[in-house]
Amino acid sequence: MNRYSIFSLLRNSVNYHQDWQRAWRSPDPKREYDVVIVGGGGHGLATAYYLAKECGISNVAVIEKGWIGGGNTGRNTTIVRSNYLYDESAGIYEHALKLWENLSQDLNYNVMFSPRGLLHLAHNVHDMQEIGRRGNAIRLNGIDSQFLTPAQVKEMVPFINLECRYPVMGALLQPRGGTARHDAVAWGYARAADAMGVDIIQNCEVQGFKIENNTVTGVETSRGSISAKKVGCVVAGHCSVLADMAGFRLPIESVPLQALVSEPIKPILDCVVMSGSVHAYISQSDKGELVIGAGSDLYNSYSQRGSFDVIEATVGPVVELYPIFSRMKMLRQWGGIVDVTVDRSPILTKTPVNNMFFNCGWGTGGFKATPGSGNVFAHSIARGDMHPIAEPFSMYRFISGALIDEGAAAAVAH
Amino acid sequence: MSQDYRRDKGGQLNRSKTLRFWYDNKGYEGYQGDTLASALLANGVHLVGRSFKYHRPRGIYSAGSEEPNALVQLESGAHTEPNRRATEVELYEGLSASSQNCWPSVGFDIGAINSKISRLLPAGFYYKTFMWPGALWTTYEKFIRKAAGLGKSPTEIDPDSYDKIHAHCDVLIVGAGPAGLQAALHAGRSGARVMLIDEKPMFGGSLLADSALIDGAPADQWVTKVINELKQMREVTRLTRTTVTGYYDYNFVVANERVNEHLGPNRKAGGPKERLWKIRARQVVLATGAIERPLVFADSDRPGIMLAHALRTYVNHYGVLPGNRIVLITNNDSAYHSALDAHAAGAMVEVIDVRRNPSGSLLDTAREQGIHIHENSTISAVDYRRGKLRGIEVMQLSDDGKAVRGVPSDLRCDLVAVSGGWTPTVHLFSQGKGKLKFLDDEHCYVPGERAVNNKGFEAGSCKATWSLPECLKEGAIAGASAASAAGFESTATEDASGTEESVYGPARALWILPTDHPVGRGPKKHFHELHNDSTVADIALAAREGFVSIEHLKRYTTTGMGTDQGKTSNLNALTVMSEIRDVPIPEVGTTTFRPPFTPLSFGSIVGHDRRELFVQKRKTAIHPWHDRNNAVYEDVGDWKRPYYFPQHGESMHDAVQRECLAARASAGIVDASTLGKIDIQGPDARRLLNMVYTNAWSKLAPGRCRYGLMLNEHGMVFDDGVTTCLAENHFHMTTTTGGAARVMGWLEEWLQTEWPQWQVYCTSVTEQWAVASITGPNAGKLLSTLCDQPLDDESFPFMSMQSFNVAGIPARVFRISFTGDLTFEINVPARYGLALWEALMKAGRQYDICPYGTEAMHILRAEKGFIIVGQDTDGTVTPLDLGMDWIVSKTKGDFLGRRSFTRSDTTRSDRKQLVGLLTEDPSFVLPEGVHVVEKLKDKPPMTMLGHVTSSYMSPNVGRSIAMALLKDGFNRKGSTLEVSLMDGSSHKVTVTDPVFLKSGSE
Amino acid sequence: MLLIECPWCGLRDQTEFHCHGEAHITRPLDPDSLSDEEWGSYVFFRNNPKGLHYERWEHSHGCRRWFNAARDTVTDHVYATYKPGVAKPEIES
Repeated sequence: MNRYSIFSLLRNSVNYHQDWQRAWRSPDPKREYDVVIVGGGGHGLATAYYLAKECGISNVAVIEKGWIGGGNTGRNTTIVRSNYLYDESAGIYEHALKLWENLSQDLNYNVMFSPRGLLHLAHNVHDMQEIGRRGNAIRLNGIDSQFLTPAQVKEMVPFINLECRYPVMGALLQPRGGTARHDAVAWGYARAADAMGVDIIQNCEVQGFKIENNTVTGVETSRGSISAKKVGCVVAGHCSVLADMAGFRLPIESVPLQALVSEPIKPILDCVVMSGSVHAYISQSDKGELVIGAGSDLYNSYSQRGSFDVIEATVGPVVELYPIFSRMKMLRQWGGIVDVTVDRSPILTKTPVNNMFFNCGWGTGGFKATPGSGNVFAHSIARGDMHPIAEPFSMYRFISGALIDEGAAAAVAH
Repeated sequence: MSQDYRRDKGGQLNRSKTLRFWYDNKGYEGYQGDTLASALLANGVHLVGRSFKYHRPRGIYSAGSEEPNALVQLESGAHTEPNRRATEVELYEGLSASSQNCWPSVGFDIGAINSKISRLLPAGFYYKTFMWPGALWTTYEKFIRKAAGLGKSPTEIDPDSYDKIHAHCDVLIVGAGPAGLQAALHAGRSGARVMLIDEKPMFGGSLLADSALIDGAPADQWVTKVINELKQMREVTRLTRTTVTGYYDYNFVVANERVNEHLGPNRKAGGPKERLWKIRARQVVLATGAIERPLVFADSDRPGIMLAHALRTYVNHYGVLPGNRIVLITNNDSAYHSALDAHAAGAMVEVIDVRRNPSGSLLDTAREQGIHIHENSTISAVDYRRGKLRGIEVMQLSDDGKAVRGVPSDLRCDLVAVSGGWTPTVHLFSQGKGKLKFLDDEHCYVPGERAVNNKGFEAGSCKATWSLPECLKEGAIAGASAASAAGFESTATEDASGTEESVYGPARALWILPTDHPVGRGPKKHFHELHNDSTVADIALAAREGFVSIEHLKRYTTTGMGTDQGKTSNLNALTVMSEIRDVPIPEVGTTTFRPPFTPLSFGSIVGHDRRELFVQKRKTAIHPWHDRNNAVYEDVGDWKRPYYFPQHGESMHDAVQRECLAARASAGIVDASTLGKIDIQGPDARRLLNMVYTNAWSKLAPGRCRYGLMLNEHGMVFDDGVTTCLAENHFHMTTTTGGAARVMGWLEEWLQTEWPQWQVYCTSVTEQWAVASITGPNAGKLLSTLCDQPLDDESFPFMSMQSFNVAGIPARVFRISFTGDLTFEINVPARYGLALWEALMKAGRQYDICPYGTEAMHILRAEKGFIIVGQDTDGTVTPLDLGMDWIVSKTKGDFLGRRSFTRSDTTRSDRKQLVGLLTEDPSFVLPEGVHVVEKLKDKPPMTMLGHVTSSYMSPNVGRSIAMALLKDGFNRKGSTLEVSLMDGSSHKVTVTDPVFLKSGSE
Repeated sequence: MLLIECPWCGLRDQTEFHCHGEAHITRPLDPDSLSDEEWGSYVFFRNNPKGLHYERWEHSHGCRRWFNAARDTVTDHVYATYKPGVAKPEIES
């Protein structure tokens, strides 16, 4: 791997950039690997990277049915944060955030992690209680969190309409939260993993598993049969399809989640602002687009697109909270398929099939966890037993009842 | 200012109406009917902006919505809009616009330094650098962000209004060019309800720039004739200035009409700026036309270079001849129309044809007119200096078209027009999940198979039909077929015979033209993508580095990601990649077209749903009294509930303390109308209650009330409330305010899907009843002054309900209590709510009745240890965790959620349990949400045991009180623990029972 | 933006409806006889097919009645809607 730096860029510019190597090879699949990772998104590629880098297992293939980073990795609103309520969540998301902070240097690929600060707005007494509880929990977990008054919110976002339909009563700030460049995460992990010998195989669809004595021995793909000592499945919206091939079910439903961007404008919004009660999630990309997370359609779908009414229900609150954006324009809307669990927490788990591991259920918020998820999943696969950070996220928690209910904690009643 | 480049005649302009406008603070004149672009060109202005990345000077490239370059900041102040395409902005008196992405001026732009160091800035350069030192990225990022972006966001409130409308039709026709007009005519004649939509201010499409004859008459006369016939059809809706932005499932189409926008900020009040049409059509006819495809040559991005059809449009439709010495470069015949029209308008015209030995009638005509044709040639260099295009260099092409040969010859010119053929506009078809197919002969994608639920037809050049008679015919057939499919009798008639037909010879499949150094390896740049400054060399680099999937290419080079979404560039990018990889274009792929077709304003998406109409405020019948009496409101769901009633400038704390004391001292009154209320009737009503509540309901007698907890199947509490037996088969259920709809849905779900045979009906009656709840030792005395009912414990016991008149109003009175004191909840039909409240206030004066809000209500209940679902529970709490074993029936059999109690995690004895907390300092009120820690440390992390759910200063207890969900809480009662606060301080608390006030009658 | 045929009201816009997940899950008559696995499976685990899916819809902004639909989760094509209690129709997808 030739290193990327301003010097290599200078050197290559002399020759009009004719000498750059492929960022990753495009090998034909070998007949056998120690580990096959199904799914070439951020989480899968990160898993392969950490298997090679930290677990000494580089005889690894990442199998992707399309192009790497083409699923939710390349379709999300790029928000990175670790300000979760429960210890288990704080464990995995903060593990991820710490890796984010040095990821560009680690991968020698600029993933543009931008800790520009992330605000959660509170619009009613219940919200205040929720951020109060969460803010305190975050602090006690050793993670940065601050409460802001409406005036302080106004300082960070001068054009916000504090007196909107549900007036802003306060906010929770995670200064280390922010955004990253989503595509670069997939490409950076792919390049770094490839450099350590991982085979990244695109346009290769898994069509079935080879299972003997309830133990997985390989995968059947559109490019032939591949043997594997262990298999890790990291395919987000399609996890139920793979589980079905392996003969079990997951506590997951796949729904379309939409997002949209505005036309690019000069910098105006310097932090990430999330509002649950007014349902507006917004940041500004380095290119200048306002990046806005929309809601999900509440029906199962694999069609990678949703309904226009979800867009209306998203832009309405944005304009209510930021009236100056009324004359801005939506440039592009798109959808991804997210794998949603009942408790809004992910599943990292051993499965009913020996040597088969699943990492899924990240729902609407998986991007932020990419490095942490890949890291603990790699260790879990390598050891054959779940990493302590991953342990609570077993699929069997839905049998025992030990849910990690990040969703319920934000529920409203009075 | 004179319009030096305005033709003496021609164009569909109102020349009697001169409009004055400003561009970059310089005044100009144009005519009504101009766009900003045509008016600028009429004044000789080509340079209008700076490019996204390299800040290269850029000019007007097209005459329509595909414009990649001419983006301007329209107007200033509250009316400003960034990134408006000058080619679409209609001129109005006083229009003011400025160039973007340049400083200090478009002519001299500091950012153009990027162009000088462009060799350092290939595609994706930012992934390879700015990594050292790591801490500096955020600094680098600031500069990158400033350099990026285009125009500026408005910073003031939008003064305009926007409208929204639903429409249903039989046949929706998108595009009113020759095919679309024909389709409308034929569908309309069948009597079908037709909508014809076009993005331009007038119908005609390509005919607006065409000099062809239809039916022996000039095209514009034919257009007028068709429009006149359509005007006679009652069921035909014609929308101009309307862009179909999105094509969704089941023929759901979103279109944005720019109603008054073209009048500018000074338009008269009354009409909306824009109107969003949400259309459901039985059939959708796409007649969306085609977009001209550029040729890419060395520095072909310079101002003064535009698409050939744009030139033709400016000449014929806008009466502007944007150059005097014009060179056309083409790989096909269609550009010769432009050459001939420009020549006829008086320009000196030469054509560079990249084809070897091109021939055909159009070329013959051109030659007859004295237009020189440079065959098998290309432009190898562009002379652009001091803000002006001054000339080009022409060179011969090699046989394979990949290199130049011979010596360059200079050609003076002030305008270059390019044509690489046409790309069908398939955006909407693809958005509608239709599959595209690639036509090898035409080198373009066209509509293939439609999605199963998006029924309709395509017609005209959007399916690569180029001949006008054929387009007219296809339009007629599509319109008639769509009407038939929608259930109307219709046949296509041939009524457009006698139409001029241009016969085109074959095009040469050559779009990326060589220069005297290899493409990408010299000073001259080949931009295939003008908007985001992406070059052919960038594609080669992407391919070299393995970004060969079309989606990777797009993301790595940002090709097609600009505000134009790559309308002119996408196919050239595919072509370059296909040549590099040596695979056919379909194997390279095509990216998914996403809505909207052109950017859609947030204002239009929002429509009227803003400000007061964003989400309606729910108000109780008693709300006017609250308003009059200085209530401060709390948002609970969509309800506005009085939070407290400050008097004489009281603080919230003082008001709430006063309200709490008064309620227990004598009498308090609270508006409880927002509580959810469900009327349940039927022989199986008790059966239903037994299933949805944890306790037993079989024996509740008429007139008696009972409190119940509702669980989901996980066994977790999700709502609570008092339900009253009104008659043997008739119950009145109450729910939390926020949970009303959820509980109603929950009951319906079970009744309709699991127990449909049960005879029981639920009706939401939340808004039918207004509720005034009076509490306190004098509540009974107060009530007795307004009714003739004995209210003693025997006549009207606790947890019962009676119907009688209160203040002359028929009422249901519930003797239940959320304060622990004697309480009557008086329910009256909502329309009497205010009257009841006022009567109670009047009668209560002698008892110093005190209205109180939700905060006092919460304190009063907390003093008695009553929970609030959603505050003291969070969806992870069982009744047992609340210490409410008494409410869980062990004998009645099954109920929803019961089985979950015996799962291993639910049976743990150290679950989080609800307890009371008393602070060491009785005057200290714990902030809600703080956590009790296992062991206090100097700094985090600390292990948490649980959090404070409710915390108040209780005037009746005489100290602060708190409730908490604490791990193994029941076993910790009596122990002293530490709470760690946000500011790093800590406080000692003693764990207690959550009932703080033992007194109280109920 | 689907068009959905409410079995009681006819063809209506998707915005009038709410989807409530997989259909034809019967609540166990005797939950006590179930193992934790079986109970957990009933409460949380769902078929999530790519293709034909039988699911529950509610005409929430209409007649408020529940019904079932057979829909393709890839094309979003609704093959059929039918009243609760009616056996699931055989669909050739």
